[in-house]
Amino acid sequence: MLSVQDLSKRYPTGTLALTGMDLTVEAGEILAIVGGSGCGKSTLLRLVAGLETPTTGSVVLDGTPVRAPRAEIGLVFQEPRLLPWLTVRQNVGFGLRELPEAERRRRVDEVLARVGLADFADAWPRDLSGGMAQRVALARALVARPRVLLLDEPFSALDALTRYDLQDHLLQLWEYDRPTMVLVTHDIEEALVLADRIIVLQPRPGRIQAAFAPGLSRPRDRTDPALEAWKRRLLGELDLSFKSRRTGEEQFPAAAI
Amino acid sequence: MALTERIAAPLPATAAPSSRPSWRWALGLVVPVALALGWEAAVALGWVNGRLLPPPSRVLATLWGLALSGELIVHVLATLWRVALGFVFGVVAGTVLGALTGYAPLARAMLDPMVQALRSIPSIAWVPLFILWFGIFETSKVTLIATGVFFPIYLALSDAILSVDRKLVEVGRIHRLSGPELVWRILLPAALPSYVTALRAGLGLGWMFVVAAEFMGASEGLGYLLVDGQMTGAAPVIMASILCFAVLGKVTDRLLGALATPFLRWQDGFGTRR
Repeated sequence: MLSVQDLSKRYPTGTLALTGMDLTVEAGEILAIVGGSGCGKSTLLRLVAGLETPTTGSVVLDGTPVRAPRAEIGLVFQEPRLLPWLTVRQNVGFGLRELPEAERRRRVDEVLARVGLADFADAWPRDLSGGMAQRVALARALVARPRVLLLDEPFSALDALTRYDLQDHLLQLWEYDRPTMVLVTHDIEEALVLADRIIVLQPRPGRIQAAFAPGLSRPRDRTDPALEAWKRRLLGELDLSFKSRRTGEEQFPAAAI
Repeated sequence: MALTERIAAPLPATAAPSSRPSWRWALGLVVPVALALGWEAAVALGWVNGRLLPPPSRVLATLWGLALSGELIVHVLATLWRVALGFVFGVVAGTVLGALTGYAPLARAMLDPMVQALRSIPSIAWVPLFILWFGIFETSKVTLIATGVFFPIYLALSDAILSVDRKLVEVGRIHRLSGPELVWRILLPAALPSYVTALRAGLGLGWMFVVAAEFMGASEGLGYLLVDGQMTGAAPVIMASILCFAVLGKVTDRLLGALATPFLRWQDGFGTRR
């Protein structure tokens, strides 16, 4: 179980990115965090990953606080961030430095087969398409068999077809050993297709505005009327979060919205 | 998944066949050979004075004579040895200090201003001091060459490390790399292309400074041969020595480039994939 208690983050510039965040994610649950830009959703993910130090509060995974990056917590960034001087196989095995060579190779080949890139093990990152590169990034995060997989807008830089494809693919990968997943996205449909629970953040400073558990059955269909209804509801919720920001600024009188 | 399979890029070629026909290298010879022939003809026809501007045939004959007498190899080896030693010392010092100031802000704050100040001193200006300190024999020569090699390598490596993509550094942090591991597995590979360019620039400066070093008093070496040619008014000897520098400089540069190529195969630049 992953829990976040009274988490807040103030950057050295003085910006309060996140405040009073309380959150619990059950083992094997898929949680989506949605919100517009500036709502602190990436900051939240970086805090959970141990890349940033919280100003107040703590992140606790199965009873131990997270203060620095840990092997049980994998992170996939918006860009693949593959190391261009390593082949696909070397990139995927990058974090497995404690394992003996044969074991490492076996694990890497196994996860590459799972993401459907076994034939590209010896390719350079420059030879991959955007979707393939992001699948390598997924493989790199999964090869360490993390208990928690964090995804920071992982598919937002891809075209729509590749994005659908990778969303389905991510669910297949999740089925394999059901890690806890926290997915940050600005795509409501993506959140509804993937997540068990959705949290909407409110910007400036970032805080929780609402939480939903749509309870849609799996596998999910993007054209399902129930999913469409949830989409409208969440859009309304997000619009509310934008309004709450605008009313704080005089140049946007309420009547104009 | 099936979808990306269909739109996936074709399998990468492991070794892209060279698009250049093998005779292309000969193009580089056309202009110098034409110039040499023109020069030869100009002297033969009496248009220019062959004494101060000896024709290629006389230069080659002089070179051949020096080679036969065993003198040439002595000079070449002496110069090569000095360049090699100076290069190694300069590279080691430049790499260690460059990596340190690139990686550690404290080291940068303490060392970089001093190194930058030393850099603005023309290296030849050190000659009197080096002779005073190390005498006129090998030590002062190698030190001068190492000084020349050091600066481009220090500067390039330090700057290249500072400009490594923060996003790749974060990948290292996520995988819990220690400081030295971060330098070795992320910062140095990312800085490698600039580093190789700096090594080649450093080697070029090494060849430049060996001449200065050998001018300041040597009993052997190609620089000595230059001075000797000047003293005895033997222009062909000077030209032969210059020719040796050209060939040795080119060959060592190509060697360095060839040694680096396997480590830079991953590059995706305009010129690197053709």
